[in-house]
Amino acid sequence: MTTAAAATPRDLTECTRSTVAASLTAFKALLLRDLAVLGKNFGVFAARTIVQPFLLVFVFLYVFPEIGQGVGGSQGVGGESAFATVLVAGVVGLSIMFQGIQAVALPLANEFGYTKEIEDRVLAPLPVSLVAIGKVVAGAIQGLIAAAIVFPIAWVVHSKGIEVHLSVHWPILVTLIPIACVMTSALGLVLGTRISPRNISVMFGFIVLPITFLGGTYYPWTTLSAVKLGGFPWLQALVCINPLIYVTEGFRAALTTTGHMHLYVIYPVLLALCALFLWAGIRGFRKRVLS
Amino acid sequence: MQTARPDGVDGSAAIDEVIRCEQLTKRYPGNILAVDRLELSVHRGEIFGLLGPNGAGKTTTVGMLTTLVIPTSGRAVVACIDVVARPALAKQVIGIVPQTNTLDRALSVWENLYYHGRFFGMNAKAARIAADQLLVQFRLSNRAKASVMELSGGMAKRLMVARALMHRPSVLFLDEPTAGLDPQSRIALWEILRELHSKGQTILLTTHYMEEADSLCDRLAIMDHGHVLVINTPKALKESVSADSIVTVSASGDLDAFARVLQERVDGVTRSQRVDNTVQLHVKGTDGVLPKVFAAAEQAGFNITDLSVAAPTLETVFINLTGKELRE
Repeated sequence: MTTAAAATPRDLTECTRSTVAASLTAFKALLLRDLAVLGKNFGVFAARTIVQPFLLVFVFLYVFPEIGQGVGGSQGVGGESAFATVLVAGVVGLSIMFQGIQAVALPLANEFGYTKEIEDRVLAPLPVSLVAIGKVVAGAIQGLIAAAIVFPIAWVVHSKGIEVHLSVHWPILVTLIPIACVMTSALGLVLGTRISPRNISVMFGFIVLPITFLGGTYYPWTTLSAVKLGGFPWLQALVCINPLIYVTEGFRAALTTTGHMHLYVIYPVLLALCALFLWAGIRGFRKRVLS
Repeated sequence: MQTARPDGVDGSAAIDEVIRCEQLTKRYPGNILAVDRLELSVHRGEIFGLLGPNGAGKTTTVGMLTTLVIPTSGRAVVACIDVVARPALAKQVIGIVPQTNTLDRALSVWENLYYHGRFFGMNAKAARIAADQLLVQFRLSNRAKASVMELSGGMAKRLMVARALMHRPSVLFLDEPTAGLDPQSRIALWEILRELHSKGQTILLTTHYMEEADSLCDRLAIMDHGHVLVINTPKALKESVSADSIVTVSASGDLDAFARVLQERVDGVTRSQRVDNTVQLHVKGTDGVLPKVFAAAEQAGFNITDLSVAAPTLETVFINLTGKELRE
């Protein structure tokens, strides 16, 4: 074995750095690591971000109108355009949601279940909760990038004659996007710490799919009041347990002039969901790494 | 006088004591007592071994000392920092090589070292230099850009040791460092640990290989069922057996009775006991013992099928203490 100058062990009298300073640098380094990994795999990241929303708008806004079964087509091109406008907000919200699950939940489920490689990061000199929060922040950043990639697609890909009527409300948009990204990443943390790799398909079947289809991607929440059972708008009430509905409705408020759930409801609920998922996610994370 | 230092260093501890456990206990849910009132003191610069069978509580002990397992009661102090009270601070001064491969699979070999250095507050340049140096030192330079998935078991373990050393820890913990390694990689790792030792690195390792404990460790704690049975140097432990050699006899029939026969009839036998399917004799002054063993067996009607003579090992010590084999 070669005897290159090896680092000498730390002397016991050597002062440690304060926990706060060490935690801060470690937290930044954890983000740096996550972003470096994202940079390495950016092609895959972009592709996986694009595929679903692209197919969605391609089928609904290009193929359907072209073959004459466009959604809203009974009201002519104007109806199709109205649907396109509804869908843009839905698709951006959906992409952020998927990003939270793919960027946080899936890697975590594997790291806890098989590889245990999270252990090295847990041993970095910062509180374990901050490692979990770092995962959420990195996931949220990926959500932001996903939103930026998807938005132009949702806007541009559609059949001739269809017009997407966007009217951007910037104050809503710039506040809503970060909150939505943190909320979905925190949900990813909750799922990632609770679901074993074996059950990932179950997660997709029973959690992700219902969230997607009943998350107001294809229709505004307000219109669900028409679905009634004995005079009670049951579906409109039921989908309120779906976190995605507040994201898509929020984007509807931020990007369009169509009817949407009231902002006094959207913001408090999204913030409450952030707090709830962060709390549950950090708790789950600590449980998985500490015994 | 005890003084509390701003960085949490406990002034009451002797400066040469790197690890101290006081009444350290871990009870897992389901009332499983993994470690029971452990008392331990590891000195600066020594290789200290926790030797014991699977389930003895070695990994739990290391877990408690490295903040991942929260003790039920008792105290653990590493490099003068209370590990339970200040886990984030303690993590600055410990380096860990876990039993399983925890290398970051999303990163290359070199990046595993680099980002680890960054986690521990090294700036980009310092981390780059240290990563380069360690790769040379651990003969992994030609793999710098490779994915860690491509490494053999031995190389992965070397990289994990290098990673644990990136931030110059006061103590290096290794949990079963050579379990699952081929003999060559095992010897290579022993060399690495000896070299670190020669540079003054304090090392605590767990193992259930007695030769590893014997050849590497300055001092050993033999553990079983969550208890430390004895702590001493390997040499002193082997001498404590008070026998020049160990004769292991395989025979058919009632081995407990056979053990009694040999104890009574063979001069120089200080101890005779059945261990699984053999009888083990502790013998003082080996001359002429074997013929006497055969003679005694024949007289008593036992048929010896196999017989071997060996110097006392840590295995013997373990058997003496627990009445059972350590088993690899």
